[in-house]
Amino acid sequence: MNRRDLLLGTAGASLAAALPRTGQAADPPIKIGLLEDISGDLASIGLPKLHGTQMAVDEVNATGGILGRKLELIHLDPQGDNARYQEFTRRLLQRDKVDVLIGGITSASREAVRPIVGRQNAFYIYTNQYEGGVCDANMLSVGAVPEQQLSTLLPWMVERFGKRVYTVAADYNFGHLSSAWGKSIMKPLGVEFVGEEFIPLGVSQFAQTIQNIQRAKPDWLYMLDVGAAQSSFYEQKNAAGVRLPMASPVKIMLGFEHKRFPAGVMKDMYAAANWFEELDTPEAKAFVARWRAKYPDEVYINDMGYNAWVAIMLYKQLAEKAKSTKLADLRGAMADGTLGVDAPEGRIVIDPKSQHCSHRMRLISVDGENKIKIEKDFGDIQPFWLSQVGCNLLQSNPREQYTPDNLPRR
Amino acid sequence: MLGNLFAGFYQFADVFAFLVLSAAGLAIIFGMMGVINMAHGEFVMCGVYVTAASYHAGLPLPLAQACGTAVAFLIGMVLEAVVIRPLYTRPLDSLLVTWGLSLVVTQGTLVLVGSTFPGIGTPLGGFRVGDYTFSAYRMVLFAAAIGVLGFVWFLFLRTRFGIQARAVMQNPGMAQALGVRRNRVYALSFGVGAGLAGFCGALYAPTMSLIPTMGSSFIVESFVTVVVGGSSVLLGTAPAAVALAVIRTGLNAWYGQIIGQIGLLVAVILIIRVLPDGFTGWLTRRTA
Repeated sequence: MNRRDLLLGTAGASLAAALPRTGQAADPPIKIGLLEDISGDLASIGLPKLHGTQMAVDEVNATGGILGRKLELIHLDPQGDNARYQEFTRRLLQRDKVDVLIGGITSASREAVRPIVGRQNAFYIYTNQYEGGVCDANMLSVGAVPEQQLSTLLPWMVERFGKRVYTVAADYNFGHLSSAWGKSIMKPLGVEFVGEEFIPLGVSQFAQTIQNIQRAKPDWLYMLDVGAAQSSFYEQKNAAGVRLPMASPVKIMLGFEHKRFPAGVMKDMYAAANWFEELDTPEAKAFVARWRAKYPDEVYINDMGYNAWVAIMLYKQLAEKAKSTKLADLRGAMADGTLGVDAPEGRIVIDPKSQHCSHRMRLISVDGENKIKIEKDFGDIQPFWLSQVGCNLLQSNPREQYTPDNLPRR
Repeated sequence: MLGNLFAGFYQFADVFAFLVLSAAGLAIIFGMMGVINMAHGEFVMCGVYVTAASYHAGLPLPLAQACGTAVAFLIGMVLEAVVIRPLYTRPLDSLLVTWGLSLVVTQGTLVLVGSTFPGIGTPLGGFRVGDYTFSAYRMVLFAAAIGVLGFVWFLFLRTRFGIQARAVMQNPGMAQALGVRRNRVYALSFGVGAGLAGFCGALYAPTMSLIPTMGSSFIVESFVTVVVGGSSVLLGTAPAAVALAVIRTGLNAWYGQIIGQIGLLVAVILIIRVLPDGFTGWLTRRTA
């Protein structure tokens, strides 16, 4: 179970060759600890994250590493088990003494890891889109947050489809918090929430939910289901003849349901994404081509996998500007709010007050043939919410997760 | 009015079918044979994957489903002979072995087939009653659940094999002394149990997302139904499925899925506290 994949990438051979030579080349590698699920219920969305990190590490090593030091990737597979996340976090930080810890899929796993990272005062990068609100100087969040995914998507849905909304959400922190986000964004728009259902993780049968939806007669569905079992909802809803527009922050670009389900099942699903494989800019196409050359069997390059690649590139910028891998120096390097990378989606910049990233957000939809269409380009969206409610990591480090229902005391 | 009545029946039928189909195979392997089969979900998953693969290879869906069932049946027979047979007198070891099997199969599928598998799509479309539209295929599942109960009744109460099987389960030594080929009966019974699990998977394959760990979404319901039911499929599993389906459908409808699931498990605890031998023991006592 405690499988340890030591993934040196292309660095392995050159590093071994370099070691016995001059003192300059014998600089120890920068160790990157990676926790990603490549087995268990979330394996399908976790594998692209491992690939994204591997590709970035290889690309950085091919151009000389960071500060003249090669990157060494140590990947462990926690299999979606939060206890294992904690065990592996301790192991990577204490025994392997990694310079930076990256990874975690669910919000539950991130919250399992964060206290340990805090006690060790280590640097942790979380690469998923999530429900937002973590104000923690030890964490850099690379994925999109609600002000980027929901403040864009939900008002657009209300305007386009109507004000009667039905929420179907997974019964754990992501589902509850994203549902609260939906309310705080849509209530001022006069939206009526005609139904809200929380589904235990692992539930795969939805006849009752489908009937409740028909009774409530919503204009569209706000979908916050998580995991493969719950995603059976779409097939079953379709079979029962329920055809409603849907919006979700975790479908399509993350779960690539349009690559896994028969055509028609995901029809009229709308999402706001910083990355999706179908993005047709020249930079995105070049990125996809590099990825597909390295991993020809990848089912889909999802946003998490892309963010994992971005994380390494951001880390390179940070460490090179700081000329160090120490947390305080890295935070100093991002403090003026200009540090970023030119990524395939566009330029991504770190906001030093919240340690979250700006993103170029686009609204996408799925048609009846499982094809992606870009409905709208929102441009660059800042992660403004945390600093708006008073999180300022340049002044204090509360290590809290704030939500619309749990705001910092002023 | 009619729409609401039918909706209530439809919800009950849906939960009932899920409980009966997911539990039927386990009721034979665990309920009758006494093997705590932790790999039950993987037999279901085997049915799902073989069905989906045959369908994608070009077979019509019913034939693909027959393939899924047949493959699970054959694998069950082979496994019984190779792994399970030495462990009938060691129930805890058989628990460990089948659990190990389930891990190997899940991870093996992940390694060999990958983390996702293309879905099939539910056939037959929908129909409308009153204000609601329903999936017609769900009615096929309900009919199949009734069919499975009929099949089990016929197989174990109306055939020579059934009499021999029940004799072997009750007293293997005596049955063998009377000329029953014990090993063959065990292998066939285990195969039928595995085949019914595969049949469940084959039937649900068009309605679910296909991943290697999907067997686990059948496990809780199947064990709960079998434990509440007791050792007999007809006097146990069937009434247990009716009772649990009524409880779950009601709670789902009035309080939502979370309370539905909690209520189901609380009901199970209460029932096995009051009826230690499950519905089987209770019904047998009343009819004896």
